[in-house]
Amino acid sequence: MSAPLLKIEKLTHYFGGLKAVSDFNFEIPEGSIYGLIGPNGSGKTTTFNLITGIYTPTEGKISFQGHDITGQKPFRIVHRGIARTFQNLRIFGNLSALDNIRIARHYTTRSGLVSSILRMPSFKAEERQVRKEALELLDLMHLSHRATEKAKNLPYGELRRLEIARALATKPRLILLDEPAAGMNPKEVDDLMHLILRIRNEFKVTVFLIEHHMKVVMGICERIKVIDFGETIAEGLPEEVKNHPKVLEAYLGKRGA
Amino acid sequence: MKLQKFPRFLAVVILFYAVIEILFKLDVVNGYLLHIINLSLIYVILATSLNLINGITGQFSLGHMGFAGVGAYVSAALSTLVFKLSPSKPGDMLVFVGCIVAGGLAAAVVGLLIGFPSLRLKGDYLAIVTLGFGEIIRTAFNNLDVVGGPRGLLGIPKFSNFTTIIIASALSVVVIRNLIQSSHGRAMLSIRENEVAAELVGIDTTRYKVMAFTFGAFFAGIAGGLLAHLIQLAHPTQFGFIKSVEVLIMIYAGGVGSITGSILAAFGLTFLSEGLRLGIRSLADATGLPIGGEWRMVIYALLLIFIMLFRNEGLMGTKESKIIELPEVE
Repeated sequence: MSAPLLKIEKLTHYFGGLKAVSDFNFEIPEGSIYGLIGPNGSGKTTTFNLITGIYTPTEGKISFQGHDITGQKPFRIVHRGIARTFQNLRIFGNLSALDNIRIARHYTTRSGLVSSILRMPSFKAEERQVRKEALELLDLMHLSHRATEKAKNLPYGELRRLEIARALATKPRLILLDEPAAGMNPKEVDDLMHLILRIRNEFKVTVFLIEHHMKVVMGICERIKVIDFGETIAEGLPEEVKNHPKVLEAYLGKRGA
Repeated sequence: MKLQKFPRFLAVVILFYAVIEILFKLDVVNGYLLHIINLSLIYVILATSLNLINGITGQFSLGHMGFAGVGAYVSAALSTLVFKLSPSKPGDMLVFVGCIVAGGLAAAVVGLLIGFPSLRLKGDYLAIVTLGFGEIIRTAFNNLDVVGGPRGLLGIPKFSNFTTIIIASALSVVVIRNLIQSSHGRAMLSIRENEVAAELVGIDTTRYKVMAFTFGAFFAGIAGGLLAHLIQLAHPTQFGFIKSVEVLIMIYAGGVGSITGSILAAFGLTFLSEGLRLGIRSLADATGLPIGGEWRMVIYALLLIFIMLFRNEGLMGTKESKIIELPEVE
């Protein structure tokens, strides 16, 4: 196993008096697919919000590629190489699918204000390059036919793919997927699993996902962390987690266990 | 075809300029009508620059004329001073351009200063802060004796004319359009669409909001300077809240987020407002009814209510005319 890409130490977060995340410690190795599961309200999305800088943790440390990123602004964390998708889609609805992707590529562009306003050859060359890459990414997600369509007109399954494509356009090392299979039919779930494997294998992007869909979690995750009420109740390989008494209890109740 | 390479917008501007100039020479367009055209062109700058802030970046500024006021007073004070020191020499136009740009830069600096603290606020709160700021500027002019206080700044040299105004107006539109149709402009649009998502695809949202305010303020300052040198007066009431609302109405009537819409609305509403003034006067003269000019504001307001009721996305929505929009770089 290689060095950890993401390292979480003693991560704790309070909302007022409520402890939403309590003393999380875990590492995500480079190149892995890591799953975070737990019942509703257990602190999964809060964990994502802490890693991506939407919230600043009450206590603890988040390191990415050896750099401390705790409390940094969200856009700076993106520049470091962490991208994410959202449980409730957050797309740029009135912009085209192509523009959604190009915006994510913006921070890696070099054209300054003057060369952009004067539309100098260097600006045009870069625009051409960005457009080409964005179209390739759309193609990869089978969204080419939607390039000029306003994003809000896309069907749900395509929006989920567009959001993943947009996250990939930021050229991340780690991608955080918040319930990517939510609302998908079995066929779409299968496609999604293939897609996640491709992201890891072809883009060399480490995947950290929240998911309720057990087929996805057990099917592709190499390591799983189970939380409930902000506490870690189990961590390990899918097989170990699946039969852990505390996990069964959290999901099915005491008698079910 | 090489001809297609020629910018459509430039062609339209030149054509418009030529037609008006010829009609003016033939006395079809009189001085009064030309004045309304000049005012419309200045409003084009004000509306498109406000649209950059409100329509493209999705912020809410209610103090746009405050920036115009800074530009007007600074450029007018400068040009009056220069004119006093050395009346009329060949470099006049250069001095004028210098003063106008200085006014724009002063407004941009104010925009930048206002931008940083206030952009932590969103929506209604931001609107209230910008409203307050606009009123502070107006009150400051009202109480500063150096710039004439409540009398206003008088005796400003008349440098603005149809030629200078149309050049400034077209340049402003081109710069704002080119900005919007670049990667920087898309970053601004993403803030309007979803600020959290923008931040999480790596956009420094604070930077782009401040940038929108600074650019918007700069062009408002240019417009203010042109106005002061057109009517040879800079007066606090020209830059108050009501005037800011007039510009706001233009971008809503034209379509929030559409430069084409802002241009059409700037012309349409300026002409409508003047047309109603004339229309009501001649109606009163013809019928002998005691209706005063104030009634034009009632009709004007009613028309706006109808626009909002039946076409609340404005004339253009977020669409652009092919004359304004640049083709994709392919």
